[in-house]
Amino acid sequence: MRTPIHPTRTAAAALLALTVSGCSLVGTGDDESATAPGGAAGTDGEAGGTVVLVTHDSFFLPEKLVKRFERESGYDLEQRAGGDAGALTSQLVLNTDSPIGDVAFGVDNTFGSRALEADVFAPAEIDAPAGVEENALPGDDEGTLVAVDTGNVCVNVDTTWFAERDLDAPETLDDLVDPAYEGLFVTPGATTSSPGFAFLLTTIAAYGDDWQEWWEELLDNDAKVVNGWEDAYQVDFTQGGGKGDRPIVTSYDSSPAFTVDGEGGTTTRALLDTCYEQVEYAGVLRGADNPEGAQAVLEWLVSPEVQEALPSSMYVYPVVEGTELPEEWADLTERPEDPWAVEPAEIDENRDAWLREWGDLVSS
Amino acid sequence: MTAPRRVLGLVALAGLPLAVLGVFFVLPVAGMLERGFVVDGDLDVGAVLEVLTRPRTGRVLWFTVWSSAVATVLAVLLGLPAAYALHRLRWPGRRAVRAALLVPFVLPTVVVGVAFRQLLGESGPVVALTGGRVDLDGTAAGIVAGLVFFNVAVVIRGVGAAWEGLDVRPGEAAAALGASPAQVFRTVTWPMLRPAVVSSASVVFLFCATAFGVVLTLGGLRYSSVETEIYLLTVQYLDLQAAAALSMVQLVAVVALLVVAGRLRAVPDPTLARSTARPRRPRRSDTPQLVATALLLVLVAAPVATLVVGSLRVDDTWSLAYYRALAADGEQQALQVPALEALVTSLRTAVDATWMALLLGGLVALVLTRRSHGRAERRVRSVLDGFFMLPLGVSAVTLGFGFFITLDSPPLDLRESPVLVPLAQALVALPLVVRTLVPVLAGVDDRQRQAAASLGAGPLRAVATVDLPVVWRPLLAASGFAFAISLGEFGATSFLARPDSPTLPVLIFRLIGRPGELSYGTALAASVVLAATTAVVVLAVERLRVPSLGAF
Repeated sequence: MRTPIHPTRTAAAALLALTVSGCSLVGTGDDESATAPGGAAGTDGEAGGTVVLVTHDSFFLPEKLVKRFERESGYDLEQRAGGDAGALTSQLVLNTDSPIGDVAFGVDNTFGSRALEADVFAPAEIDAPAGVEENALPGDDEGTLVAVDTGNVCVNVDTTWFAERDLDAPETLDDLVDPAYEGLFVTPGATTSSPGFAFLLTTIAAYGDDWQEWWEELLDNDAKVVNGWEDAYQVDFTQGGGKGDRPIVTSYDSSPAFTVDGEGGTTTRALLDTCYEQVEYAGVLRGADNPEGAQAVLEWLVSPEVQEALPSSMYVYPVVEGTELPEEWADLTERPEDPWAVEPAEIDENRDAWLREWGDLVSS
Repeated sequence: MTAPRRVLGLVALAGLPLAVLGVFFVLPVAGMLERGFVVDGDLDVGAVLEVLTRPRTGRVLWFTVWSSAVATVLAVLLGLPAAYALHRLRWPGRRAVRAALLVPFVLPTVVVGVAFRQLLGESGPVVALTGGRVDLDGTAAGIVAGLVFFNVAVVIRGVGAAWEGLDVRPGEAAAALGASPAQVFRTVTWPMLRPAVVSSASVVFLFCATAFGVVLTLGGLRYSSVETEIYLLTVQYLDLQAAAALSMVQLVAVVALLVVAGRLRAVPDPTLARSTARPRRPRRSDTPQLVATALLLVLVAAPVATLVVGSLRVDDTWSLAYYRALAADGEQQALQVPALEALVTSLRTAVDATWMALLLGGLVALVLTRRSHGRAERRVRSVLDGFFMLPLGVSAVTLGFGFFITLDSPPLDLRESPVLVPLAQALVALPLVVRTLVPVLAGVDDRQRQAAASLGAGPLRAVATVDLPVVWRPLLAASGFAFAISLGEFGATSFLARPDSPTLPVLIFRLIGRPGELSYGTALAASVVLAATTAVVVLAVERLRVPSLGAF
């Protein structure tokens, strides 16, 4: 048996090979130009070179802002994502000796103590505007972490659902275990999601050593625990994208800004007595190649233009006082005066034990 | 050729893939394991082994094994008739169906997870239609269904490619001698098909055992697999000893599985004859296979239909609003980067990942399928075979973290290289490319190459005249597969990609992570676009295949 090579077939193969390699070459070329969006050839080395910003997955700022930063500061900003807030923190800790960038954004107050413990960050030397100091991480005596944004994890309710049934919506954590609200609550798990962990901390702050009993009552009241925020909000919640059948959900204080009813109002409300404040920080990594560039990025993150962009690009609140909020946010959202909190040192000490105990509670 | 020259040739061919795998797989994984085993400069094996005695570890292992096994069996049972109907029979629309059945494999797990939960959940159509008797939400059955949904394409492709090339004459001869169709299958077809089935099944099992997103989104909190447990231990607890212990278990299990699969795969007749017959029209006796294929199509279509319907329903009316939102640019709330731009990024990355996977996979397949002279050489080949399958058996978290802790100093400071993302995706696709090519190449009679060589053809020329014509179809199939995998890859990409140039799956993940119907609907629309793009690419690959190929 012998199979001759067909001339047209060979030509087709060659053509295909060319197309493929051609595409990828174009691709690589564009990739490279995309890494230096400043466009100014020769910025590298001249005005401070590249500064590498490591972030969590949800980080995003409009390209316009990034370009402006590069133009005005002379640095090329290179961004790198490293998983969610927990994965980011773990990576930073694992790479303490050889940092994966110059500056990191996205470590929050539930993971911050782990980073402090491992000495991941160097002291930040910037003129922080009002609001940054006030949100500093307790225990960060060296001033390594700069607060960039805040948000609260709060229980949200579907106001239309309760109005239709002529039922009062719950207001407090105690209400959630009330039989009147049996089978209506869905929450993401503490071991598998960051808002879930924040909600567990809420209950620990509220009930102290009795938190486990409260959770038992909650589960007896047919509360549903799912993996991630996406599952809880988008699938089970009545006002989520999937129109589920549970009108109470663990989400954020900013969520009502996204459930507009088309008539200037919103169909959901955050329960302000059930909130846990999350603050996200940025910091210069110890041993950074470009510490000056890192400081410049820190100053940029708390500058008015970035602070104003935070709500629409990352759906969090700015920390800097006097920053203007988008219209819907100002109109439709409310913020808790006095959210629940647990000391970072205490979190660090008990995190594993709490998560294991909680895990046993929900899986049994 | 003399023995030393042969070994040198083997090493030269295997050199590039070995180097790539060494740097981008062995090094990072070893780095992570070292962090687990070495505490304060001392080797602490005891503490790592202690993890294995925890009751929770046992539960996690057991769940991983049985759920993957059940899912693999189901995927093979559902995939075999479809592989037959789609590759041996000729009927209108079969290419479209073939492309459609590949779509699930490349959808981002987050989206499919959400679509599945919507389909199976409390207020979903399945519960409604069955009056609540079938409620799979958050159950092990739901996880298994998800695993089958994703992996049945692997069976159809892998077995289909081999089935397509089977010589039909022995079967026809048997039938002419009075064998029933079942007897023909059992005594003639199955022995020839078995290597491909075992190959596909082992790949499916590995995919199931290392599935992360599916278990996480469909399992609720009651179920944890080795993969999700490694994630938890690393990310939440930073318990590297425990993570290292589980990673070791995973690796050992994969090696064991590959050895077993290698034994089962052994071809009865290494000079497997290639087919010359084209697919034929269906006969009455083909009805069961066609019905089974239709049924599979319905099962696969249900979650996809949930996505499509969801993307078209705005405020309980039909609308294209979510698709219009896809074109919106970064200034608008729903989308930070236009979906079109993300799609272009995805396509571009996929092109790079595809040629990398084909280059590496092609070399590996060549190395593995040359006839071995002597025991030692055969052993070297089988070790290499297993080695190139290993990436399937390592947690994405371990690999991702490993990248960052090992490739951090010159000359290997690759953390900032734009090559990382396509390369990581190519590594994910590599085992599939190898598994698609090897059965076909192995079926080429080595005497043809010898004949070519004796007529004066150099090694390259011999490959071009003997192997290429036969491997051409599977090569295209493999490239389509690699391309599709790269399009949908999310785990490694989200770890390594730049936030400012997201791929489409990363963009979808961001959209689904924010409240509001517009974001959710747009995520569904983007998923439909991703699915459609994949289907078009796969369909194009199918079209490109020269029909008369393999004929004299």
